[in-house]
Amino acid sequence: MSPPDLSSRVVVDGVAVDVPRGVTVVAALVAANSLCTRRSVTGQRRFAFCGIGQCQECRVTVDGCANQLACGTICADGMTIATGGDW
Amino acid sequence: MKTLVHIVGSGPAGLSAARTALDAGARICLIDDNHAPGGQIWRGGPARWTDARARDAWNLLRGHPDCTVMQDAQVIGCGGSRTLLVETGGRGVPVPFERLVLCSGSRELSLPFPGWTLPGVTGAGGLQALIKGGMPVCGRRVVIAGTGPLLLATASTALRAGAHVAAIVEHQPWSRLSAFGFGLLSRHGRKFLQAASLFAELRGIPYVTGARLVEAQGEDVLRGVVVRTGDRDIDYACDFLAAGFGLVPNTDLARALGCEIVDGAIHVDDGQRTSRADIWAAGECTGIGGVDKAVAEGRIAALDALGLPPSGRDLPLRRASHAFAALLARTFAPGASLRAMCGPETIVCRCEDVTRARLLPHRDWREAKLATRVGMGPCQGKTCGAACAFLFGWSHEDARIPIMPATARALSDFAKQGEA
Repeated sequence: MSPPDLSSRVVVDGVAVDVPRGVTVVAALVAANSLCTRRSVTGQRRFAFCGIGQCQECRVTVDGCANQLACGTICADGMTIATGGDW
Repeated sequence: MKTLVHIVGSGPAGLSAARTALDAGARICLIDDNHAPGGQIWRGGPARWTDARARDAWNLLRGHPDCTVMQDAQVIGCGGSRTLLVETGGRGVPVPFERLVLCSGSRELSLPFPGWTLPGVTGAGGLQALIKGGMPVCGRRVVIAGTGPLLLATASTALRAGAHVAAIVEHQPWSRLSAFGFGLLSRHGRKFLQAASLFAELRGIPYVTGARLVEAQGEDVLRGVVVRTGDRDIDYACDFLAAGFGLVPNTDLARALGCEIVDGAIHVDDGQRTSRADIWAAGECTGIGGVDKAVAEGRIAALDALGLPPSGRDLPLRRASHAFAALLARTFAPGASLRAMCGPETIVCRCEDVTRARLLPHRDWREAKLATRVGMGPCQGKTCGAACAFLFGWSHEDARIPIMPATARALSDFAKQGEA
């Protein structure tokens, strides 16, 4: 078993953050203090809600690939995550 | 040639069915949308499991020559009556089956209240799943509200992850909860002990009963929550609010396959057979009842799918778990008074930002969909469908393929292979 302190470095909206290995992209977003995955159709901030891939609220862009569910995607070292929170 | 059984879902029911079928000499193909086996109850992968039933099943499955496991594989529907359409690794793969066991689990019943769309508000099971996925809550203030035993389980998960649980807010009045406690004590001794040890673990946390959510507050992110008990409002400052009102069976795939649905669950007989002769179902998708029910039903389904009788121990186990399920349903059914949580300007459909006021003039789900786009966003009504059923009594029983968002590439793969 790998030691629990092994970490992955991911980049959330341009900011690098280290997270424990094997955690989801949601975990990286919270670690980066970025509690927003997307803007709703009327412009409201939204974040992970159901946690199990049903509600689709936590979709973000991972390594250039849009509409990835942050709750079901595991952080990989060097991963680039872009949320819809900046516009 | 060994009989091949396909199983969708690797939670307690799916793993139990898979293990039983392998033991009985069949080949199995286990299809699961998560990156690790275990479903929701045994979430987090084999390294974190404490339940021996999960470990034993996985130890048998892993590397078994007659076992194929498709992880990170999303079933998006069916092509024809005996082919599953599966998206995995960004590609569409048709998976033909002869015998299929559906163990598709459940999802949360989420009821709308003002502010429930704010970042920081999650489902109760949602918060539990997110914490198990590594979301850091150490030192954060958490309020857990709604109704049902999942609130306590979520509080335990949050507490163990280092969160400060400010309150557990249960909608049911204390009188009903104590009747539930007596029901457990008299008929389900082991469950009573589990509940008692959970309560002991959570001692010191305010447990507010007979209360409902008034509002989640915050501008861009959750700052606090207001709950009402009697005529008194209580404010809690918090970073996360987990709101859960129970679970509903996940029946989308069963509907797409033409299996009969009764009272929102996949209808099964004594052998866990659905209305289709080649499809069985087990676990929460046949009715909410917890892990023991799922494990027993998974075993019965796998044996029946192989033409074998159930084992003697599973029938009483299933009977007891069904009695427990009925007690749960009686105690924690969300009462009509919870409709008052949802104000006219409260968003009901999170994907299309449709408010209650916009839904009110419509007669049914179909008419409301056409007029407002409720249920027509990416989740396809998986959240607001059940909420609208609760708020307006609308039936939302339609399943369209794809039952989950799919990539154009996967759909084109199916089309090329003549399956879509």
